[in-house]
Amino acid sequence: MTRVSEHLNRALHDLLAADPGVHLLGEDITDPYGGAFKVTRGLSGRFGDRVRSTPLSEGAVVGVGAGLALAGRKAIVEIMFADFATLAFDQLVNFAAASTSMYGRPVPIPLVVRCPSGGNRGYGPTHSQSPQKHFLGVPGLHVFELSPFHDAGRLLETMLALGRPCLLFEDKVLYTRRMYEDGVVDELFRYEVTGGVARVFLEGAAEPDCTLVVHGGMAHRALAAMRDLLLEEDVVCELLVPSQLYPLPDLPGLERAGHVCVVEDGSEGGGWGAEVARVLHPRLWSTLRRPITLVASAPSVIPAAPHLEREVLVQPGHIRHAIMEALS
Amino acid sequence: MIDTFPPFASPRSAPPPAEEDLRLLLLIRHFELTLLRLFEAGQLSGTTHTCLGQEYIPVALKPLLEGDDFVFSNHRGHGHFLARHTDPHGLLAEIMGREGALCSGVGGSQHVYHRRFLSTGVQGESLPVAVGTALTLKDTGALTCVYIGDGTWGEGSVYEALNMARLWEVPLLVVVEHNGIAQSTPTTAQMAGTVAGRAAAFGIPHHRTASTEIDEIRAELALLVAEVRSASVPLVVEFATHRIGPHSKGDDTRTPEEIALAADHDWYTRYAGLFPEAFGRLDREMRELVERAAADVSARPPSVWERP
Ligand SMILES: Cc1ncc(C[n+]2csc(CCOP(=O)(O)OP(=O)(O)O)c2C)c(N)n1
Repeated sequence: MTRVSEHLNRALHDLLAADPGVHLLGEDITDPYGGAFKVTRGLSGRFGDRVRSTPLSEGAVVGVGAGLALAGRKAIVEIMFADFATLAFDQLVNFAAASTSMYGRPVPIPLVVRCPSGGNRGYGPTHSQSPQKHFLGVPGLHVFELSPFHDAGRLLETMLALGRPCLLFEDKVLYTRRMYEDGVVDELFRYEVTGGVARVFLEGAAEPDCTLVVHGGMAHRALAAMRDLLLEEDVVCELLVPSQLYPLPDLPGLERAGHVCVVEDGSEGGGWGAEVARVLHPRLWSTLRRPITLVASAPSVIPAAPHLEREVLVQPGHIRHAIMEALS
Repeated sequence: MIDTFPPFASPRSAPPPAEEDLRLLLLIRHFELTLLRLFEAGQLSGTTHTCLGQEYIPVALKPLLEGDDFVFSNHRGHGHFLARHTDPHGLLAEIMGREGALCSGVGGSQHVYHRRFLSTGVQGESLPVAVGTALTLKDTGALTCVYIGDGTWGEGSVYEALNMARLWEVPLLVVVEHNGIAQSTPTTAQMAGTVAGRAAAFGIPHHRTASTEIDEIRAELALLVAEVRSASVPLVVEFATHRIGPHSKGDDTRTPEEIALAADHDWYTRYAGLFPEAFGRLDREMRELVERAAADVSARPPSVWERP
């Protein structure tokens, strides 16, 4: 059994070993600390100053990453908490993303900015957000998310091969979960990954009553809801988890879905779900029986106290409730 | 306040701190130790950053600050708060998310706004805001005090704020708790040059002290802080200090030697050795006070928050 954080750590080890042009930057990422979430453990010992702990300078560090990329290297930058990616917004949007096209010719910027995101850990309003939505719709900027289904090594390679700046969101609770293996989720559900999209399904089921579309950090909560819906409501759900959130890749099998529900951890309003619906509505207009259901966290700051935090962030019960309401 | 400590023979000439100050030092120390204990017992969630070893800084500054002053704090802010408002119950309730919480349990350990005390968990964010508040205090005799760590000097906002503070001559007291480390990274691996040099670049007066003696610190700073108020000018005060605990909890990757070196500077062991009886009495008193507060707050119902 491999924890997601260990899996990602191994992927980083393999990547740095395979490609001497890859650099890694971030606060407190060198040994023995190995990063706030231990994802970079062992890397500085092995790869020397290709792995650098930086000052507290998120904006400039992402700029440095872009500079390394501009000069022909590949850069991976860790932002300690995704909330602080806002400090690098200018570098990402006005430099890294824009530069890939604003000089009238393609300029490769192979840069990945890793952002540990999400709540349910009681870290409070500035250390718990899922700010994916703030980075959607920026020309030249790709947004990805870690999942328990997708191989992190392949994901890192894909992102760097794009030659464009990418954000990689990594849910902090997901770090502690295990990677799924061999197509098996549990005794009920199976999965397969095709075209970068993981599809989780009930074996032998024909048409699902509802297909959920979620990002990697939401996978476990979606699965919990699917299990309850199946066992207690007799509602069959399928789950799609794309590793690339923006631009949205082709999502398979939706034409036969009874209903589509997009769930995201970000706060309600201007979110990823709306973007997914924007892409899907014209495509599915003739087969959809009702509008796509969007589930998001409350339009609220994320409280530190667990009993308040729980109310704000999407929980399995919210998903189940929203689906039952839509299907009723 | 009557000093109840017997005179002591010490290699240092400084007299013992006043009882009132020692009480506050010990209140903060036991507050922080209690938090770590509650964490270990699984009674606290999230994270916390204790100011173990650095308690004397806000205690020394306490009488130098006035009621109308703004105080901005950071992630390591429990001592800053308790030296400003002696309300361990309110702060603990905030951290535990219980009834009586200062901010309904929404902010938690790192995000407290109470009267004119405000803390945020994003490093460097507070300085520009502090300059804004200080603009409104110009020529009123009040000032804005903002605590930052040495690591936070990595953030660009710090320099943008210092520039405006000097240009616009605002009464801003920047207190730098220079403990030589930021999370796990030594300052030597984070900072080129010095805090003094950076202040000088903006023409902002800078005072560095390595003293951990409350009265000595106050004597060094009294006139300088008065000048911030009267002349409406920024000032950077840098404390050479030591973080004797972990960055948050259980995440100290320093060597035992490094940790021992930091602990050598602990006022707690020094005072305990210098006047054991009086110290022991107050130590017990404050420990029990915090234990009672923890028992009281733990028994309260969860905090209630009206979500906007
Ligand atoms: C913008 C931002 N980046 C990173 C962090 C994570 N973080 C919290 S405290 C800290 C170290 C701060 O060091 P310093 O300013 O020296 O204060 P100290 O912890 O030593 O008191 C870091 C990196 C943060 N809270 N905000």
